[in-house]
Amino acid sequence: MIQFRDLRKAFNGRAVLDGFTLEVQDGETMVIIGFSGAGKSVALKHVVGLLPPDGGDVIVDGRAVSQLDRPGLTALRGEIGYVFQFAALFDSLTVEENVALGLVRRRLPEREIATRVQDALRLVDLPDTASRYPAELSGGMRKRVGIARAIALRPRYILYDEPTTGLDPVTSAVMDQLMVRTQEQLGVTGIVVTHDMRSAYTVGDRIAMLYEGRVRQVGSVAEIQGSSDPIVRQFIEGRPA
Amino acid sequence: MIDRIGRYALDRVRAAGRLGHFLADLVRAVPDVATWRGPLVVQMRKIGVDSLPVALFIAAFTGVVLALQASYTFTGTVPLYIVGTVVAKSMMLELGPVLTGLALSGRVGASVAAELGTMKVTEQVDALETLAYDPMAYLVVPRVLAGTVMVPLVVALGIVVGIITGWLTSLSLIHLSTPEFVKGLKLLYQFKDTWFGLAKSASFGLTITLVGCLLGLSTWGGAEGVGRSTTRAVVISAMLILMLDAFWAVVLL
Repeated sequence: MIQFRDLRKAFNGRAVLDGFTLEVQDGETMVIIGFSGAGKSVALKHVVGLLPPDGGDVIVDGRAVSQLDRPGLTALRGEIGYVFQFAALFDSLTVEENVALGLVRRRLPEREIATRVQDALRLVDLPDTASRYPAELSGGMRKRVGIARAIALRPRYILYDEPTTGLDPVTSAVMDQLMVRTQEQLGVTGIVVTHDMRSAYTVGDRIAMLYEGRVRQVGSVAEIQGSSDPIVRQFIEGRPA
Repeated sequence: MIDRIGRYALDRVRAAGRLGHFLADLVRAVPDVATWRGPLVVQMRKIGVDSLPVALFIAAFTGVVLALQASYTFTGTVPLYIVGTVVAKSMMLELGPVLTGLALSGRVGASVAAELGTMKVTEQVDALETLAYDPMAYLVVPRVLAGTVMVPLVVALGIVVGIITGWLTSLSLIHLSTPEFVKGLKLLYQFKDTWFGLAKSASFGLTITLVGCLLGLSTWGGAEGVGRSTTRAVVISAMLILMLDAFWAVVLL
């Protein structure tokens, strides 16, 4: 279980997270929605210790992330796959090497690494791209390689940072299917940060809206769709203020 | 005014703190040999082998000019075999290390800062962390070690090439014989000339790569930020090379 407990973070005096509290249960996919700059990605980065909190903490299976020492943080990161907004693939490595990088770090046998890389690329429908470089791939393919890199680690949790941003509607739908398939086949707990409502409705078990640094409303897809909160309604209907 | 001075002082203190942190993290990452061993070979090629053309080009023409200028200065006053002394001493003690160092501050310093800066702004450094790699061990240690080891080797080859072109120039344009050139070469030579130049070059290599890594990993603000870090890396490492050059001259000569 991942718990955001009264998380606070400010940049240059501006509070981005101001008492953000949320629980993500094992096996569910939680979607965090919110306006651009609301702090969704910032919250996600706290889960893997990429940012230190100013106050509060993120608790992953009983471990307070900000209190972990380097080996503790390394062990935690080994359980979490992180899919970055723009994939963050390493330009100088092939697709295969990108997907294998985390496995090499774990010193798995070469045969095991090769099998896991092939399985991961097959799961994201990119089995023939192993020898290509990121620069030779489209934006959607790069994002799918990013997912393959995360799932090759066989993590307990997967964090998706804006997985459909910048993609055309068809490719976005493919990404949504992929996230659902990953959850079904691997049984991982997921947190998806997005402002794409179609994607949120497709992949989410529950949806939380982040507004002014804290959770405005959290509930099932149906509850959010039927919300009477004016801010939530404005966001999900995409109405200007 | 007081406010501005205070803010400047605070910025300097913060920068010193960041540098201290960076160096402490670097030292802590050194024992993680399994992580940096692989990238080290790649960086030795990139920083050392790939820098040879520019370094040898500079050294070759420096040797020619040194021989010609020495002959111009000494003709009629000092025995011409001293040309060999001037070429060797200048190449070993000063021009070999410093000109190569300045050239590499542009080639290597810019490349390191731009590469790491791009990795930083495109979240590749964050991605490394999430894959349980220590970016200091994977990115910084191999570059700094490669710079410290390979720059002296590049300089050593540059010194040899500079002396050879100085000798060829002396033979063909100054009409000095080979025994005369070698006589000048040996005159006043001390072993210290060799290790001084190479030790100085190692400090230049360390400086160029450290500055490039530090500024690259501090990059923020997209493509403009990468450009800013790259320019600063070149300027700062070039200035530090000249300061280190004077420092070693004071301390060791």
